[in-house]
Amino acid sequence: MSENSYLRTGCDVAWCPGCGNFGILKIVNETLQEMELDPRQTVVVSGIGQAAKTPQYLNLHFFNGLHGRALPAATAIKATNRNLTVIAESGDGDMYGEGGNHFIHCIRRNPDLTNIVHNNMVYGLTKGQASPTSPHGLVTPLQVDGVILEPFNPIAVAIALDASFAARAYVGHADQTRAILKAAIRHRGYALVDILQPCVTFNKLNTYRWFEEHTTPLAADHDHTDKIQAFARACENDPLRLGIFYQNEKPVFEDQLAAYRGDSRPLFERRVDLNKLAETVRVMG
Amino acid sequence: MQDGTPENSTVKDANDLEYVGKAWQVTYKDVKHAEQRASQAISETIALIHADDTREITLVISGEAGQGLQTIAHILARMFMNGGLHVLAVSEFMSRIRGGSNSVTLRAAHRSVRALNEHIDLCVLLDKKALQRLRGRCAADTILIGDPAIFVDEMGMFPLPLKELSANIGGAIYNNSLVCGYITRLIGWELSHLEIALTRIFTDCDLLAKNCAAARVGWEYGVDSSGRCSIPPCEVKPGRILLDGSQAVALGAVAGGCTFISSYPMSPSTEVLTHLAKLAHAHGIIVEQAEDEISAINMGLGSWYAGGRAMVSTSGGGFDLMAEGLSLCGAIESPMVIHLAQRPGPGTGLPTRTEQADLEIARYSGHGEFPRAILAPGSPEEAFTCTAHAFTMADLSQSPVIILTDQYLLDTLYDLDPFELPDTAPGSRIIATTEDYRRYAPGPDGISPRGIPGLGAGRVCVDSDEHDDEGCITEDFDVRISMVDKRLSKLRLLREDLALPPRLYGPAYFKRLIVGWGSTAAVVAEALEQLQPVATSFLHCIQIYPVSKAITDHLHRAKQIIVIENNATGQFARLLKAETGCTVSREWHKYNGLAFSVDEVVELLRQEVEL
Repeated sequence: MSENSYLRTGCDVAWCPGCGNFGILKIVNETLQEMELDPRQTVVVSGIGQAAKTPQYLNLHFFNGLHGRALPAATAIKATNRNLTVIAESGDGDMYGEGGNHFIHCIRRNPDLTNIVHNNMVYGLTKGQASPTSPHGLVTPLQVDGVILEPFNPIAVAIALDASFAARAYVGHADQTRAILKAAIRHRGYALVDILQPCVTFNKLNTYRWFEEHTTPLAADHDHTDKIQAFARACENDPLRLGIFYQNEKPVFEDQLAAYRGDSRPLFERRVDLNKLAETVRVMG
Repeated sequence: MQDGTPENSTVKDANDLEYVGKAWQVTYKDVKHAEQRASQAISETIALIHADDTREITLVISGEAGQGLQTIAHILARMFMNGGLHVLAVSEFMSRIRGGSNSVTLRAAHRSVRALNEHIDLCVLLDKKALQRLRGRCAADTILIGDPAIFVDEMGMFPLPLKELSANIGGAIYNNSLVCGYITRLIGWELSHLEIALTRIFTDCDLLAKNCAAARVGWEYGVDSSGRCSIPPCEVKPGRILLDGSQAVALGAVAGGCTFISSYPMSPSTEVLTHLAKLAHAHGIIVEQAEDEISAINMGLGSWYAGGRAMVSTSGGGFDLMAEGLSLCGAIESPMVIHLAQRPGPGTGLPTRTEQADLEIARYSGHGEFPRAILAPGSPEEAFTCTAHAFTMADLSQSPVIILTDQYLLDTLYDLDPFELPDTAPGSRIIATTEDYRRYAPGPDGISPRGIPGLGAGRVCVDSDEHDDEGCITEDFDVRISMVDKRLSKLRLLREDLALPPRLYGPAYFKRLIVGWGSTAAVVAEALEQLQPVATSFLHCIQIYPVSKAITDHLHRAKQIIVIENNATGQFARLLKAETGCTVSREWHKYNGLAFSVDEVVELLRQEVEL
């Protein structure tokens, strides 16, 4: 491990041997190293699940909250102190299932944060049930006749909601994933990076080999500012495209808040102006 | 504010530990002062109730939703206040935007009025259904006023041909000012009193002129009934303000140093959010309408984690959705302020009515065991003080504090003296972390010093899983026990050091003790004052959980305990019995969706005395 590693040493990692999460953790660490992010100004927010344990293994601030609720907490953390770099990281069940409503509205809000989703198309921690992204027909201990729901398409949904950044990566392609992550963290605004990964224990269909065979990079001439083209590519599901589908610079949530007009200080540095409050009471009454 | 300059009111650098430390100490002391002052203000209010001048008037205006009853109530309440009277305006309305039948009761008097009574002196009926609903509150001496176009066959009613009169001045939208003009004449006041109030309501010059013209038409029409229901104006007390309970909660939040509110609209909690939105620019508050209540509370927790002082405002159904977030708050030892505005349930219940039936969800919701505090203000002054204090309590105990109000308190307009503000602006008890910082390592007082990301060299890790002192997941059984014990030990702080004391109305030596909480305070106090039964006092509990020693002591001194609450099953009585082992001999309940009136409590008390 190199000197400036962001990995926490000496922890008992709770993932199965061969899990795609190891690859993502390595990629995240290398990306942060290359970017030389200030570890004391970086917060990782996660929900619950195997992917959501990632911050436990990083030497950064973390807020490991409730299942599905990483995005509201992450949004507020960024809004409360705009100097922080905020990464919300969890799995497909957490972000797209339990947290689906927050996913939709976080995209609409457009806070400046990076949303990394470990997408292995199955539930790991609860032992193998279908996830929102499980393919049609996948047989699980709970979906005994195979999944009958349409899989959730996070990239298409994000583009439809005019997300300011939407990308898909595959853990097996470390170089491209690092490049995408770097672009996502640098991007000002909400940035979705959906990272495909196998679950070696519970998903016998979407294996490393399956992902190699069923993914392909976006064409070199893909125009990520063209929303219609991005949406068309996002709707293709075999092969699944990899890369930055859509990027769209627009005002971020926290910069538009009344609290920051004429006062750029983070909230912890502020105190109520009691003279002004006395005037407010008088005017209101 | 003594240190109002931006330099002084800011934590200047990460190493300025001492400053941060001082800030909270001053805050805590200051809140205690504010409580004393609030307590004094309440005593003064009670003293006023004792005043001899019993002249008062109760006026009811009824109409359909959308007819502008709220506007009439505001105009008249302001006119009464500007005329030196004390005033209370209570609204009861249906859950609809147009139609139905709603009413507002204005009680104006020469002495302080803080409670609702039944008898109506003057009743203005703008819709046909109203008479049926209000008949029970009318007596032979009640003056009924209605448009003959609506009440064709009704006998003994003062005719106010609104349709006819407003036709010449621009139509029905001027009815409200016209009605106000007529009422002003009936109570024997000059039109100028009303015009001053209208100036405050209508800021647009053209609208103001038209409404003043309409008011004059109403006033002139009342020439033959001038002073029929007279109450003279009196000496004006300067600086009085007119606020409703929602405004008091919102202002209390600002005084408590609130910098962040995220909520989802739900009656009757929404107005607190709306008022804070209006104050966002002036006071630098982040206000966000969340996609749901789950998001709202998780945002609030995120904000506290990053150094904000957050509040959420919700009602029963929304609070149910927050239950998991509340539990997370307990797990990660985050401060949190929750305004829970009660309305009748279960389910959607009666969305615009009042009830005190969410005490038990406030007390028990959220899985697992962790400390919390519940404050239930009984007046706008207490709503202000409790909300401000809730931030200090939450911050110092690193626990959730719930402010339990109800529709009646929130939507009622009161005249009052401006709130006494603290001398120093409150700030959070946060430390600049050092490299070896561990979020859950106990401090000297047993509470773990709270660091935030971005202030200091340490790592701030919080986890909803059971965690070690660093915040990392653990399944070590010994660590589990020590973490549970550490969390639960904070209850003592909430029960003792930070507790808001109850208020005793009546003699210090009592045999019979009536016990209430929240918005029933003024009603019971006035009923007691009217009847003055021997050796009977009223204990108003402001902090209803954890139950303080002061409450327990009072209960143990009573020979007979009666608990009054606006619900069907006696939730507070149950809590008191469980917490103190006291015996409750009688419970007074009301759960039709309306608040208790003074007359009702007088009657209950009379029956009790005669037994």
